[in-house]
Amino acid sequence: MSTVKLTVNGKAVSAEVEDRTLLVHLLREHLNLTGTHVGCDTSQCGACVVHIDGKAVKSCTVLAGQAAGSSVTTIEGISKGDELHPMQAAFRDNHGLQCGYCTPGMIMSAIDIVNRYGGKLDEDTVRHELEGNICRCTGYHNIVKSVLDAAGRMKVAQAAE
Amino acid sequence: MGVEGIGASVVRKEDRRFITGKGRYVDDIKLQGMTYAQFVRSPHAHAKVKSIDTAAAMKMPGVVGVLTGKEIVDDKVGNLICGWAITSKDGSPMKMGAWPAMAPETVRFVGQAVAVVIAETKNQARDAAEAVVVNYEELPAAADIRAAIKPGAPQLHPEAPGNVIYDWTIGEEAATDAAFKSAANVVSLDITNNRLVPNAMEPRAAIAEYNEAEEHFTLYTTSQNPHVARLVLSAFYNIAPEHKLRVVAPDVGGGFGSKIFIYPEEMVALWASKKVRRPVKWTGDRSEAFLTDAHGRDHLTKAEMAFDKDNKVTALRVKTYANLGAYMSLFSSSVPTYLYATLLSGQYNIPNIFAEVISVYTNTVPVDAYRGAGRPEASFVVERLMETAARQLKVDPGELRRKNFITQFPHQTPVIMAYDVGDFGASLDAAMKAIDYAGFPARKAKAKSEGKLRGIGLSCYIEACGIAPSKAVGSLGAGVGLWESAEVRVNPVGTIEILTGSHSHGQGHETTFAQLVADRLGIPISQVQIVHGDTDKVQFGMGTYGSRSAAVGMSAIFKAMEKVEAKAKKIAAHQLEASEGDIVIENGEFKVTGTDKSIALPMVALAAYTAHNLPDGMEPGLKEGAFYDPTNFTFPAGAYICELEVDSGTGKTSFVNFVAADDFGRLINPMIVEGQVHGGLAQGIGQALLEGAVYDSSGQLVTASFMDYTMPRADDLPSFKLNHTTTLCPGNPLGVKGCGEAGAIGASAAVINAITDAIGNNKLEMPATPDRVWHAIHG
Repeated sequence: MSTVKLTVNGKAVSAEVEDRTLLVHLLREHLNLTGTHVGCDTSQCGACVVHIDGKAVKSCTVLAGQAAGSSVTTIEGISKGDELHPMQAAFRDNHGLQCGYCTPGMIMSAIDIVNRYGGKLDEDTVRHELEGNICRCTGYHNIVKSVLDAAGRMKVAQAAE
Repeated sequence: MGVEGIGASVVRKEDRRFITGKGRYVDDIKLQGMTYAQFVRSPHAHAKVKSIDTAAAMKMPGVVGVLTGKEIVDDKVGNLICGWAITSKDGSPMKMGAWPAMAPETVRFVGQAVAVVIAETKNQARDAAEAVVVNYEELPAAADIRAAIKPGAPQLHPEAPGNVIYDWTIGEEAATDAAFKSAANVVSLDITNNRLVPNAMEPRAAIAEYNEAEEHFTLYTTSQNPHVARLVLSAFYNIAPEHKLRVVAPDVGGGFGSKIFIYPEEMVALWASKKVRRPVKWTGDRSEAFLTDAHGRDHLTKAEMAFDKDNKVTALRVKTYANLGAYMSLFSSSVPTYLYATLLSGQYNIPNIFAEVISVYTNTVPVDAYRGAGRPEASFVVERLMETAARQLKVDPGELRRKNFITQFPHQTPVIMAYDVGDFGASLDAAMKAIDYAGFPARKAKAKSEGKLRGIGLSCYIEACGIAPSKAVGSLGAGVGLWESAEVRVNPVGTIEILTGSHSHGQGHETTFAQLVADRLGIPISQVQIVHGDTDKVQFGMGTYGSRSAAVGMSAIFKAMEKVEAKAKKIAAHQLEASEGDIVIENGEFKVTGTDKSIALPMVALAAYTAHNLPDGMEPGLKEGAFYDPTNFTFPAGAYICELEVDSGTGKTSFVNFVAADDFGRLINPMIVEGQVHGGLAQGIGQALLEGAVYDSSGQLVTASFMDYTMPRADDLPSFKLNHTTTLCPGNPLGVKGCGEAGAIGASAAVINAITDAIGNNKLEMPATPDRVWHAIHG
């Protein structure tokens, strides 16, 4: 057992976990942040994507101990109170989700994609970049639309800040 | 309709919880004192269980109990059942082998559970499961249809000699044979319909809680039909009588058919929760999903189509072997029979059809309904034959289809179905226009000049949805009625709860069902709450599958709404001192026509509950229920056209365009309908190009992870161009047909027709991987 200290969604947290505990299980089981999901056991599906120090990471590929000292953001930490993150709003407005299970990971990956490409996103790039996130419901059509829409919204939001 | 009524693409009410991480799926739930289950599963496809030594596991840290198949049989927990009786052509009933929830003596597929470990933590359960020592005596396995039916094949069940479950026929054999004898042309194909793994993104999970004092169980489970689960668990598996068993299916992360069935893991969790007197949670991982979720498709078919000299189809003859796996899953028997062969007429006027379906046991996980369930297999047969015929007869594939389209309705096919309405020509026109079909030859020539092989493929599908008229399916062997129920509760303040037996696991019912209420009463959808997925709240229901929730589930709500409105009008008339017949409902108000007199819905509701001033003899309250039993299936139909290019050097396929023209009748929320089509198309295209469950000859599933089984990813698929044509369904009050499965039913034939057109070789199996396509080009 080890004590892991890190920042999650802006709050300092500390948890006593088995050394083999994955970050996703720390989030779900110890911190009750169940928005981050587990959809596979081979780091393929991306349902567990969170941000570690601002970068998208599959939280099933990271031991909780490896995240010690870092700042983790989950799907629960991206809206400002009642105000949705532009990516969340774009997923809702473009019907970018159906069952909702892959959605948190999709949104966290998509924010990272927009952060990296800024305004230079096109459909092919979004499709290529989303290769690590599997959705079985939407056929990706509206997810791609959502990400492209959000890229515009995030640009506007950044300009306003 | 109003801005939120029928026909409006309103954004979904349920989305906020999903996009903020506040969804509540089974694995998100924790109960006080909860333990964790880990199954010990067979590594062999076929073996005798000689002994199970649990002593070492029992001593492991945190272990609460280790339970085996023998104990579950000793406790008289019932065997799993198949709920649809099929009769063979010789009049004998189907041959159902026993399927205990954990195998006491014989395992018949890799992944079948033989024991379960219950421990304080998931990791402790996993560790201890590794310490359970099972001694197996391996037996020879039959891992596919051909291996199972050959002489001397390993026998799975003593009840089923030759591994044949049934040999069933439909249609007129003699008339069909005669039509073939006098045919001008005959087209034939050997077709493999590849085996698929449903892979809903949320793996199955169950939490069972037993209340000793009440002798009452609660089961939280990933189900598309919690009431059916309760019924089966009570009536057949002896878990508890229905009033002592509550089944809750909270947010469920996709189903696609795979979460219809009641699986061994839920049964074991319930039984174990009573054994260990603690709540028991089981959450499957993806490997377990691959090994134990019911798979889909898996047919071997020989199909022949006869034409007269005018290229009119005169007959269709089909012989199909269907793999049902090692045991008969809940609705498995119906999928290759009544959900498959009854759709073999497609969109065409075919006077003679004869089909024979032989379902067999193999040492693989059970096969059951997966998105489309039988209808994709039927559509693939018919549409591959049509395309092949057009090439053989040297006519345009669109024209050949048009020449044979059914144009008069109702139309009785030779295989049970009576199509009520449709306009197949209109769908094909719309799809051809959307893809500029006329311009294709020029595009093909240009691609050729650039060294690319370009092809175009059509698929004109029809499906039977709105499952199903209870009396009809009862006469065909179904063990249940397939109506739906609903209850409308108007609260004293005028807000409304709709309790429905349908279950949403991605379909957006919380929005579309609210739109129906908004449409009828002229109130915002925010005033309406949809309640589903809990047997303690909703009286009864048959759940969601077979694209039935709009046609059957919403029709039940419609009926209940009519009753509520009738009573509310009586109250309003009484309050307004007007005649009941003069009351109309507009914008949430009950108005007296031709006057300015009105009373708002909340005041009517309040009057109903205060009961201070109701018409003489009227009961207080404003709440009504209804059961709706459909009069017929519904028949969504449409045309898909795929245009693509093949790289002859690599065999890689690239989409140029994929267009759809669907006729779903009335659309409640076009945005949600289109989302359903997108997802269906992705699964149909996945079947055509990427997906295939592969067992090796010893029965090991070699595609048992996302590393090995190719799920469609964002960069594998195109954006889709969707169109709609409309003929309203006359069989239900809303005129809706259902849209959930169409894409998966129609897409794969369009893709294979396009690739075979591009490469000029009609022999190509699914999934058409680059390797297979390259070999089809180069031999």
